[in-house]
Amino acid sequence: MTTSTSPATTAHEAGTGPSDAERRAAARRWRVVVVLAALVLLAAAALLLLGVRGDWGFVLGLRGRRLGALVVAGVAVGVSTVLFQTVTANRIITPGIMGFDALYVLVQTVAVATLGTLVVVTADVRVRFALEVLVLLAFGLLLHALVLRSTASGDVLLLVLVGVVLGATFTSATLLVSRVIDPNEALTLQDLLFARVGTVDRQLLPLGAAVVAVVAAAALRRAPVLDVVALGREAAVGLGVAHRREVRRAFLLVAVLVAVSTALVGPLTFLGLLAANVARELLGTHAHRWSLPTASLVAVLALVGGQVVLERLLGWGTALTVVVDVVGGLYLLVLLVRQGRPHTRGALL
Amino acid sequence: MTTTSPHDAGPAAPWRAAGLRRAAGSRPAAVAAAALVVAGALASLFLGAADLAPADLLAARSLDDPAVELLLVSRGPRLLALLLAGSAMAVAGLLMMHLTRNRFVSPSTAGTVEWAQLGLLLATLVLGSTGVLERMLVAVVAALAGTALFLRLLRRLVLADTLLVPLVGLMLGAVVSGVTTGIAYRADLLPVLATWTAGDASGIIAGRFELLWLVVVALAVAWWQADRFTVAGLGEGTAVSLGVDHGAVVRVGLVVVAVVTAVVVVVVGAVPFVALVVPNLVTIVVGDDIRRALPVTAAAGAAFVLLCDVVGRVVVHPYEIPVGTVAGVIGGVVFLVVLLRLRGRGVSA
Repeated sequence: MTTSTSPATTAHEAGTGPSDAERRAAARRWRVVVVLAALVLLAAAALLLLGVRGDWGFVLGLRGRRLGALVVAGVAVGVSTVLFQTVTANRIITPGIMGFDALYVLVQTVAVATLGTLVVVTADVRVRFALEVLVLLAFGLLLHALVLRSTASGDVLLLVLVGVVLGATFTSATLLVSRVIDPNEALTLQDLLFARVGTVDRQLLPLGAAVVAVVAAAALRRAPVLDVVALGREAAVGLGVAHRREVRRAFLLVAVLVAVSTALVGPLTFLGLLAANVARELLGTHAHRWSLPTASLVAVLALVGGQVVLERLLGWGTALTVVVDVVGGLYLLVLLVRQGRPHTRGALL
Repeated sequence: MTTTSPHDAGPAAPWRAAGLRRAAGSRPAAVAAAALVVAGALASLFLGAADLAPADLLAARSLDDPAVELLLVSRGPRLLALLLAGSAMAVAGLLMMHLTRNRFVSPSTAGTVEWAQLGLLLATLVLGSTGVLERMLVAVVAALAGTALFLRLLRRLVLADTLLVPLVGLMLGAVVSGVTTGIAYRADLLPVLATWTAGDASGIIAGRFELLWLVVVALAVAWWQADRFTVAGLGEGTAVSLGVDHGAVVRVGLVVVAVVTAVVVVVVGAVPFVALVVPNLVTIVVGDDIRRALPVTAAAGAAFVLLCDVVGRVVVHPYEIPVGTVAGVIGGVVFLVVLLRLRGRGVSA
């Protein structure tokens, strides 16, 4: 995924050339990426080919679209989580945990309630999409202004708590609004929101894929700057990075990515957390040119591999998001409990 | 919660001498809460799809009169159910707050509700839809086991951070509810599950709420043991030095909380935030002495649930929104305000 092949150079060693240890670390990172990519290809092939019966063209078309949705959503979740964690300077909050996904669903519901299903369904996907991104962006900036600014260690827990409660409140509000609208409209709305992996919107998939590709490329290009932003506001400003502008830009990218992934496969509250942290664990580095692609690969692997296991081995069909959330939730629980012990305290913040 | 060294405690009324917060506003708060309950009760009785005016009741000459019948079969049971469920959940929250010495812990932020739902689902799968009493027993056992597990987990969090504790509980709840959803999905019980997860009073008529009288027993136990709970809330060391068997008090509290939660989940469904928001607001005004706070908390909890139900019935008249959904929105917003204001004042809890 990364185009550059030069080994990582840190500031103090610039010019002296890479040391042996660095070269070995880089080689290990390449191995991680290659193995993950191979696993993703394997899972993708399994999803496409296992147990095909009847008309191959039809089945492959259907499954191809499903695979496409999972891949695009996985990349969106991976990249958006890494970006979000960088600008908020901690490792346990993600757009999903802060209620972005739930807000997206609420926005859809409110749109149907106020404009009617007909308007929403027949509206140009691009227009709809742009509006949804705008709302998510506004929410992101508001969150930032209200609560994200300070990152003292006690506040991180407050943030997560606020995020979880916000998500729950958005979900309740969605239920409330969907009760207010006409039952027929509510049915269409359900199709709109819970179309999920089975039947992906024909227009949305290519659009989402293109948007995610552009955003991911843009994030990757800014990887060195993001590495500096990750040091925190003061350090970043001291090193001459326009922190405020970078944060705003990152929030815009996050809003776009959350909208794409939620539209394609529904809310995935804890997947990003899993992907970003597993990626860093495997890589042993926080450098964005490694963590962005690797987190994406982990998320895609979790989605595609999970779908294969559920669909082919267990016959569970569309319960993927539930399973991913259970595993991700358990992982956050482990992170939190570990954080509660003195010797690991602060490791996550 | 105020913490003091055991030496401050006098023999007569130790928790008072120990400097527990006690505001002067106890009596006005009680009167206000009682007034809210009466207002909510009247609104609850005389609002609804079918018209019922106080004059109709006064004009009624016999028990067969349609107005009286409506009152006895539908409105009355519904009112009683909401009163009992609201007051019991609020008191359960008050107890949890003291037992864990954390004002953000309640049956809904410790996973108790989710465990009760899991128990209910499993009982339904095994026993079928008959045997309400058996199903409730299983739910109680599940709630008890789940909450005990949570308290276990807490002991492992050496630095039991005020905000870390409810977060761990919320995550535990999220994981358990994910498992419940997965099982329900497999068993084609998702629609049934939906009616339990969102508290809905619309189905409550005479003959379907009588199980709720059980919570009166639980409330009586809480009242009887109130002083012990207050002392236990001062911490294990203080409690033991004052001659209170801390472990025994915690066990009694656990049983009360589990019974209340499970019964309410079985009869009404989950009503989010009641157990969290109400005791928090009440103890800010009334103080931490449980004997003083308990009646106010019970009344305020009943009033909160009644008012949420009335809102849900007015907004889409003649249809209605489940009380749990309304409580999710209102309670969520109130909780966020409390959380952020507490932080604003630099108070950790």
